[in-house]
Amino acid sequence: MTRHLIRLDAADDFDGWRSAARALAAAEVPADQILWQVGDQPADLFAPAPRPLPTPTRALTVPKGFLPLARSALLHRDPERFALLYALLLRVARQPGLLHDKTDPLCRRIDALAQTVHRDMHKMHAFLRFREMSTATGPRYVAWFEPDHHITRANAGFFVGRFATMHWSILTPDTSLHWDTETLRQGPGASVQDAAPGDPLEEVWKAYYAAIFNPARLNPKAMLSEMPKKYWKNLPEAALIPDLIAGARAREIEMIDRSRNAALAPGR
Amino acid sequence: MAQLDTSEKLTILADAAKYDASCASSGAKKRDSRTGTGIGSITGGGICHAYAPDGRCISLLKILLTNSCIFDCHYCINRRSSNVRRARFTAQEVVDLTLSFYRRNYIEGLFLSSGIIASSNYTMEQINEVARCLREDHDFRGYIHLKTIPDADPALIAQAGRYADRISINVELPTTQGLQILAPEKSETQIEGAMANMASVIEDGADARRRYKSAPAFAAGQSTQMIIGADAASDRDIVHRASGLYTRHRLKRVYYSAFSPIPDASAVLPLQRPPMLREHRLYQSDWLIRCYDFSLADVTSVTDPSGMLPLDIDPKLAYALKFRDQFPVDVNRAPREMLLRIPGLGPTAVKRLLAARRYRSLRLSDVARATTSLKKLRPFIICEDWRPVTLTDSADLKALIAPKPKQLELFPA
Ligand code: SF4
Repeated sequence: MTRHLIRLDAADDFDGWRSAARALAAAEVPADQILWQVGDQPADLFAPAPRPLPTPTRALTVPKGFLPLARSALLHRDPERFALLYALLLRVARQPGLLHDKTDPLCRRIDALAQTVHRDMHKMHAFLRFREMSTATGPRYVAWFEPDHHITRANAGFFVGRFATMHWSILTPDTSLHWDTETLRQGPGASVQDAAPGDPLEEVWKAYYAAIFNPARLNPKAMLSEMPKKYWKNLPEAALIPDLIAGARAREIEMIDRSRNAALAPGR
Repeated sequence: MAQLDTSEKLTILADAAKYDASCASSGAKKRDSRTGTGIGSITGGGICHAYAPDGRCISLLKILLTNSCIFDCHYCINRRSSNVRRARFTAQEVVDLTLSFYRRNYIEGLFLSSGIIASSNYTMEQINEVARCLREDHDFRGYIHLKTIPDADPALIAQAGRYADRISINVELPTTQGLQILAPEKSETQIEGAMANMASVIEDGADARRRYKSAPAFAAGQSTQMIIGADAASDRDIVHRASGLYTRHRLKRVYYSAFSPIPDASAVLPLQRPPMLREHRLYQSDWLIRCYDFSLADVTSVTDPSGMLPLDIDPKLAYALKFRDQFPVDVNRAPREMLLRIPGLGPTAVKRLLAARRYRSLRLSDVARATTSLKKLRPFIICEDWRPVTLTDSADLKALIAPKPKQLELFPA
């Protein structure tokens, strides 16, 4: 049986996946004859030696939505993602309408991967916190963040676009990004100890967080569904949550009592 | 009196702003800071940088410039006769705070409002100065939402529109009587006049931008807020008023804010908050009109004799139960507008079904995959392998599918 071993440069190597997948699909190599592997780590003890990709026998066309979908889904941690996407590629090449069939199990599974990735990317935009550090060349903003999926590089554009004139670093367990107002460098993974220890402005931010909360409308469930506990350890304001919740009902009752007394007081 | 430090002032001025519900950071044009000298971007769809334990999204630095006020609106914690501690930020302090928070990725931008000090014009000038400094001196490209003061000079309100992404002018109360009793110094004519003025400023700006690329960027939209449960207005009154505002002044959003007991409340006010679910039902009816092709009459047809929406079920389900003759709907044949009326189906699910049915005839399992609430919608649909048994009378049906009373999600998307 002919089997192909495809080595991708990194867990988020979309271009590598795309060029291999394009050649294999054009030659109609079935999905179960391909092993996808990231870097040098062995995926399978009996993995075949890499062999040249087949020469395409025909041009391959895919519907418009396929590439953006694949680009997102590929960032998921699911080790099967490369193979699933390849299986979908073979099918949409023959049946372009398939992509719109949101009731097809494979389409739905890949949609779900892409959605999870989008949510993870969005939460990184939202919950990453910079701390200001003073350096010889001026302030540098350093953040420590732990994404669930391989999204850090894909998210770089957001932070560059938003903080183009700042010097900043984003550290994650898998990789790090460094921006100096002109170029983006990528570095190795880091640990929480490498990040800045604190920032006096966090106290001001916490004062804001506590003040903007309305104790009369306490609803921790709604908060948790959008800001699950796994994010709390890197959010300075989250340290206040338990006390704010505990004090809420008491504060509301006190307010109502006070207005009741005022209403009863003669002459007011 | 001892000087307040930044955190102390912030505590007072954020606390005073928190009763304002309108705080979305969406709807502005996409942009970033790559071509500029400052920071900031708009990426489409607002970002919630944190959630407070009340479940609300924290997206903007939402503060007042000052909580001192020469007016005496009863529902407002800042009214002249209230006993709260007063504080005031300078324009520069607000600029610094906004930039410091933004650099650390805490916020999308600023939502600035103010009590009225000295005069309406003076206050409006101070608000504009904050926005001017952020935009011109710091090339700040994040989001700015300004709350304007209805009786300030129209030229000042137009200037605010030049710097802000969103402008709001609050109607405060759904009825004229409510306004007269609770905000005696405000006038409905003045508020609606300012809205009409802002609508034409926005229109002119969009028109100028279409003609000249370099025309200054005007606010992309305006919104307003109504306080619910502080006066006698019924849900029917409120929905009518909102719908009138949408059409008269092309508002992007009407926000509803259930009246909250405030510290040092005025004796004219009710002591208890209205049920939170009431505000939620009003938002749902608002959505039905804006996103589900319901008419104003469709929505108000489900109110009870006193004009209130049901609290135990959402207005869409109430509609389906009331107009049983329009159901069941055939998901393989019905037009989009009818699919949108099926309880439990939102615009996203409808889009999926429309796409999928082009390829084959839909079965119940297909519908199940496109939505999250099959149980709720089953009595209302027909598909390839499903047809509800003889129409149950609506009272039974309600008992069968109405959710246990609890806080519901907004429509399943
Ligand atoms: S004018 Fe505004 S700040 Fe002043 S009392 Fe009325 S609502 Fe409050």
